[in-house]
Amino acid sequence: MTQAEAKNVNVWYDDFQALKDISMTFEPNTVTALIGPSGCGKSTFLRLFNRMNDLIPLFRMEGLVTVNGQNVYSKGVRLDEMRKKVGMVFQKPNPFPKSIFENVAYGLRVNGINNKKEIQETVERSLKQAALWDEVKDSLKKSAMDLSGGQQQRLCIARALAVQPKLILMDEPASALDPISTNRIEELIFELKKDYTIIIVTHNLQQAGRISDSTAFFYLGELIEYNLTKKIFLNPDNERTQNYITGRFG
Amino acid sequence: MNTKQLKQKIAFSIFGTMSFIVVAILFIILGFIVIRGFGAISWEFLTEMPKDGMTKGGIFPAIVGTGCLVLGSMIFAFPIGVLSGIYINEYLVESWLKKFLRMMTNNLAGVPSIVFGLFGMALFVNYLSFGDSIIAGSMTLGLLALPVVIRLTEEALKTVDDNLRLGSYALGATKIQTIQKVVLPVAFPNIMTGLILSIGRVSGETAPILFTVAAYFLPRLPHSLSDQVMALPYHLYVLATSGTNMEESRPMAYGTALVLVSIVLIINVSASLLRRRIQKKNKMN
Amino acid sequence: MGKGRRIYEKIVTGILFSSSTITSLTVILIVVFLFKEGIGLFNSTPTEKNYVIAVSKVNTVPIITSNQLADIFNQDITNWKQLGGLNDSIVRLTVNDLANIFTEEELGPNLEFLPAKVNEYIKATPGVILYLSKNQLPSNFEGRVIPVKKITVKDFVGGKHWYPTTEPIPQFGIWPMIVGTLMVTFGAILFALPFGMATAIFMSEVADIRLRNILKPVVELLAGIPSVVYGFFGLVVLVPLIQQLFKLDVGETVLAGSIVLGIMALPTIVTVAEDSLRTTPRALKEASLALGASQWQTLVRVVIPYSKSGISTAVILGIGRAIGETMAVLMVTGNSSNIPTSFLQPTRTIPATIAAELGETPYGGLHFSALFALAIILFLFTIIINLTVEIIKNKNRRA
Repeated sequence: MTQAEAKNVNVWYDDFQALKDISMTFEPNTVTALIGPSGCGKSTFLRLFNRMNDLIPLFRMEGLVTVNGQNVYSKGVRLDEMRKKVGMVFQKPNPFPKSIFENVAYGLRVNGINNKKEIQETVERSLKQAALWDEVKDSLKKSAMDLSGGQQQRLCIARALAVQPKLILMDEPASALDPISTNRIEELIFELKKDYTIIIVTHNLQQAGRISDSTAFFYLGELIEYNLTKKIFLNPDNERTQNYITGRFG
Repeated sequence: MNTKQLKQKIAFSIFGTMSFIVVAILFIILGFIVIRGFGAISWEFLTEMPKDGMTKGGIFPAIVGTGCLVLGSMIFAFPIGVLSGIYINEYLVESWLKKFLRMMTNNLAGVPSIVFGLFGMALFVNYLSFGDSIIAGSMTLGLLALPVVIRLTEEALKTVDDNLRLGSYALGATKIQTIQKVVLPVAFPNIMTGLILSIGRVSGETAPILFTVAAYFLPRLPHSLSDQVMALPYHLYVLATSGTNMEESRPMAYGTALVLVSIVLIINVSASLLRRRIQKKNKMN
Repeated sequence: MGKGRRIYEKIVTGILFSSSTITSLTVILIVVFLFKEGIGLFNSTPTEKNYVIAVSKVNTVPIITSNQLADIFNQDITNWKQLGGLNDSIVRLTVNDLANIFTEEELGPNLEFLPAKVNEYIKATPGVILYLSKNQLPSNFEGRVIPVKKITVKDFVGGKHWYPTTEPIPQFGIWPMIVGTLMVTFGAILFALPFGMATAIFMSEVADIRLRNILKPVVELLAGIPSVVYGFFGLVVLVPLIQQLFKLDVGETVLAGSIVLGIMALPTIVTVAEDSLRTTPRALKEASLALGASQWQTLVRVVIPYSKSGISTAVILGIGRAIGETMAVLMVTGNSSNIPTSFLQPTRTIPATIAAELGETPYGGLHFSALFALAIILFLFTIIINLTVEIIKNKNRRA
């Protein structure tokens, strides 16, 4: 079964067309990297899957976007229900100015879960999955703002995992981190693949090469090439992909 | 619809209604003054002296008086305010001096207008023996406008891109040349908006002129800077609370209120139109 | 760079610097002048210059306060025992009363025998208290001039009576005005806070650009209307309305002042609160929405906690606006110097008192000083408010 799909998607901001007729499918338990120069539309594309673009004034889209076979943009869809099933990790770590525990519990609380035991268990499980538990288990009451940048980002991942999404969107999750923290996030993504489907936007080609199964190359709002990562990096079909990979433009 | 959405819907409807009430309050106040005051407005009302115990005639001296006070206060506040704004924004690095000056400006901005009135009376009227005069009133109002002008100048200067400054320095220009030739021309329209806004603020103030210049009844134009004058806001206060014949002077009061509100609002609206035009122009560049 | 150019630049820098010092100097000058005029009230006796209070030599009360004097002349105190003296009932007299007790012949055609008669009367009446001018005092005075306690800050702030022009003993207690100011301000915030916050939230979180472009100018226009116009509107619309609605004798009440001030504080609260709500990073809002929180949950759990300090600043600045407002309150609260016990009673605030009385007060007298002392209190309020805002800001920056 396909986890997520985009079919003939066009997006405009006012009269600027940001995405041109994109079609892609995402299989379960895979990591797909979206690469391409800045402004090529990869973040816009990523944000279609949880309708984060709705917040931008003058945003308009055509086409079909589905998650778990459900049309994300159909009229009856409830934004909060839909977004719960799609986790998101942002470019810069953005923990809430609350305690570590409350950050992870946030998604449960806003979705109406108040059972103390259940919350506690989920928080622990999510932090373990995000490989943060050992570092913070004695200081769950501390403010999340006191963590290091890398820890904050793993906390944000734990926060996303707590509501048990199927699909996780990552928008350059390691771009604001130091190499060691980046390394840990990459290891984590590799682990998470077992249980989740991950779409990740990245600027870092080596990173895409290391962690992804498939890679899609975006350029000026178009999907130039989408294939297995090995194929893209070793023997791309398209000349523009070749040029980008080898660093001839950027 | 689940409770989560219902809650949101109810809360946002309540907030929407309350915002609507705020809009309604403005329109009720303005509508009331326009409807009641419109009948009193005539060419005579705007150009004649008040007569018959302020129940008839016009408000010409009050209009002229307010004009004098606004002009006087700006002559005082505008240069000092703009120069201080430039100094604070362009010269001072984050230091105790900058913090101190900023704190003093904030303090001055928060001082109630009646305290300015008392201070003006103590300093200008009594200590410097200007007496109740245009000059004492103008300077008191000028002090009141000072922090407003400073703050708006600072804001205008902050919108100037730092790269422009660096570019100018890179060409060997001195700080003052940079300010004169690069920063000020760019910030000028915004500084003008600030000036207009402070004129709006000054022209409606009553408390600072109570004891420094305002005359209860003076049906002639001022002869010199040391003359007293009538002023629109004080005239409205007098007509509303202590006229010789309150019932008969009510139409005069409505008319005065309309003239005062119109002047102040025209000033404010033109300031915000100017600002909007600047923003549009900046966007296009 | 030429020498002329360098000198020119030095001069311009100097001008810029002196301009900015003027602002700071003004604040200091305000403090100096307020204190210079206001401080005269304290450490002076509340009796008029050249007047004294005389009692009998057998009277043991060492010193008397202005409140006690007022109570004596109002006959609330009738026996010296109540003041810790001997059991003598009090006989209150002014010089005019003596003219009624003694005949014109006894006093002499030019009152030349008056001092002697004063002596005679005081000796005969142990319970006497006599208010007279210094030159009417006999040279061989056989009574005792009782000292009047000087006005202290405590008397001023805590005193419950404001009778600044009463003869012979004026009273300068500003407690009624402090209560009045606080009540009117409290009422104003009670009104302005919910409406201001609702509007701020609606503008920043709910309204689309079009709606916001209507609301923003409305708030700016509300801020631009002069206070005397608000006062006038309150006087001709609100005051009669309140009078009819609650069937009162007068409509000028704390309530009327609260509503007018509330409307005037609205723009401050809306503008500052909206600005601070808007500073919430978009990343935080998106993180919350991405977890399935509704807009309302995001607002309550993320946006409002994040902009707490900005919201409290908005409230404090709103309070500042309300406390210092003069003309509008003066016109709608009824100018009563009694302590209000409900929102439907008239009152008078500190700024309104200054505005109402200063015009009719002779320069340099005690009353004049008292009004400046009131201004000092007002100024202190302002400083406290500014400091609080400053503290909140700093605390927020560190967090």
